[in-house]
Amino acid sequence: MAPTATQAAGSAPVFKTKRPLPFPLNIYQSAIGRKWVMAWTGIGLLGFVIVHMIGNLHLYEGPSRMYEYAETLRDLGGGLLPRTLLLWIMRVGLLAMFVVHLHSAYTLKERSRLASERAGFVGGAKKYASKRDYIAANYASRTMRWTGPIVGLYVLFHLADLTWGWWLGDAYVRGDPYHNVVESLSSIPVAIIYVVANVALAIHIFHGTWSMFQSLGVNNPRYNGLRRNLATALAGVVLVGNLSFPVLVQAGLVDEDNRDCPINDTTGLECLGETAEAH
Amino acid sequence: MSGANDVTSQAGQTSQTSQQSHGRTLSLTLRIWRQDGPDAPGRFHTFDAPNISEDMSFLELLDIINERLIEGGDVPIEFDHDCREGICGMCSLMINGRAHGHELATTTCQLHMRKFSDGDVITVEPFRAKAFPVVRDLVVDRSSFDRIIEAGGYISVNTGAVGDANQTPVPKEAADTSMDAAACIGCGACVAACPNSAAQLFTSAKLAHLNLIPQGQPQRWERTEAMVETMEQFFGSCTNHGECTEACPKEISLDFIAFMNRDYVKAKIKNRKLTGQS
Ligand code: HEM
Ligand code: SF4
Ligand code: FES
Repeated sequence: MAPTATQAAGSAPVFKTKRPLPFPLNIYQSAIGRKWVMAWTGIGLLGFVIVHMIGNLHLYEGPSRMYEYAETLRDLGGGLLPRTLLLWIMRVGLLAMFVVHLHSAYTLKERSRLASERAGFVGGAKKYASKRDYIAANYASRTMRWTGPIVGLYVLFHLADLTWGWWLGDAYVRGDPYHNVVESLSSIPVAIIYVVANVALAIHIFHGTWSMFQSLGVNNPRYNGLRRNLATALAGVVLVGNLSFPVLVQAGLVDEDNRDCPINDTTGLECLGETAEAH
Repeated sequence: MSGANDVTSQAGQTSQTSQQSHGRTLSLTLRIWRQDGPDAPGRFHTFDAPNISEDMSFLELLDIINERLIEGGDVPIEFDHDCREGICGMCSLMINGRAHGHELATTTCQLHMRKFSDGDVITVEPFRAKAFPVVRDLVVDRSSFDRIIEAGGYISVNTGAVGDANQTPVPKEAADTSMDAAACIGCGACVAACPNSAAQLFTSAKLAHLNLIPQGQPQRWERTEAMVETMEQFFGSCTNHGECTEACPKEISLDFIAFMNRDYVKAKIKNRKLTGQS
């Protein structure tokens, strides 16, 4: 049909409207609602990243304190709940947030790609023939779709490395995180992976922290300036904290010299437990 | 028109004398996108434009090139324009990779050639987004914006007989912010500048200017849901780059986008109550 004033070519919807799911699932069906969910899951993940980083600072207190910290996590909930139950609940919650965050990121990016069809969508942004002269978009905001997946892959690597001990082999001692961290990070390639991934994470957090305020609609002209400051501060703290581990291990400042216990999963762990109890 | 990729024509030569130039003149090279129809392949044509007065607007520059094309028996370049005073939102164009050119808070019709330098090569393209199909050359169809307005960009409540003046008090702050939002001229530069082809800035401005004032309250939640969901039939997803605000000739604030996001999720909850579902 020839385009007319009310049936113009530009009036043809690009996206089909889906049949609405029951509330509250319909919120996730809309792009704005999905972005809202993405922001909430981002906050959850961000909370994890910060707590995880701070917790890991126990590394600087030596093997037995690190052991004690790990045990404390497993004992969360005290005598009220079965051991590790609360930890598992948190792990499942974290995994769920991770999956939803990824799904929303992927599908929303896909929507933007389709909405820019014939405009040559390259590297997460549509393209004009003249060099795009970005004014407000910064490096962090334009690389979310790269820093995100880098962090995602890194998380898998990190679990395989320090939770499952895939490649540390016999050197991996389940229950002795201090030893495992030092063992793993003293390899140069592994240290490099940790550094690169955490730089990516910090860049991701820098845009994410500011972006989530917009997505959630948390906006007050009087305090808006603080959002950038918060983003810089959080990205900076996470960057410095997380980079300190590979850097200090590589520098030889964190090593096994301060260890009084043997390195094995029987007498070693018993000894760590007793030392932790003693102080 | 020949099918060659870059066609050069001396558009400048024929009618130089008809152009009275006061003060400085510029000699420019323009690379302009030409496309015969929505589905035809487009390409850049290069035009020399000598002796351009610095007092001209960018649209007048295109007028000159078109006059010269017509005199030479060629088809003029199509571009959108209307008021030429920065208030109608009809003019468009990506000029050197910026919507409405590099001047902040300026429409293409208000962009003057004195902002360019002698010898500049200027690339001119249509606004791009799937929902803005090219009609011809630099003209794009922005009727998707009309569909968003139709979905709720109005107030239709029965107000009864004419009331007293100032019967409905409007807080000064609300009136001011509402006016800031109402400054949007619907040009689409925000969509053009957006790396995601999202229309958040336009839609949020159109929502805020009604949602902030008392008259807009009765339909606030319906309006928000309807306009957002119509927008989402056409446009990409905002990732808060902030390019739209920078491109916007009316400097519409990103704050309106946050306001819309907040209202949308609220609307999803409130509209359920309105229909007795809670
Ligand atoms: C598999 C890993 C991840 C992927 C693929 C990913 C991807 C993304 C993408 C594409 C965005 C959208 C940004 C935008 O364009 O506006 C985003 C936002 C965000 N991400 Fe991630 N991300 C990942 C992991 C994380 C982690 C570990 C955190 C925790 C620190 C995080 C925190 C955030 C936050 C707070 C936002 C902002 C949400 C918003 O825009 O409202 N992400 N993520
Ligand atoms: S928000 Fe600004 S750029 Fe977008 S349509 Fe309105 S006036 Fe144009
Ligand atoms: S022609 Fe009306 S705003 Fe430019």
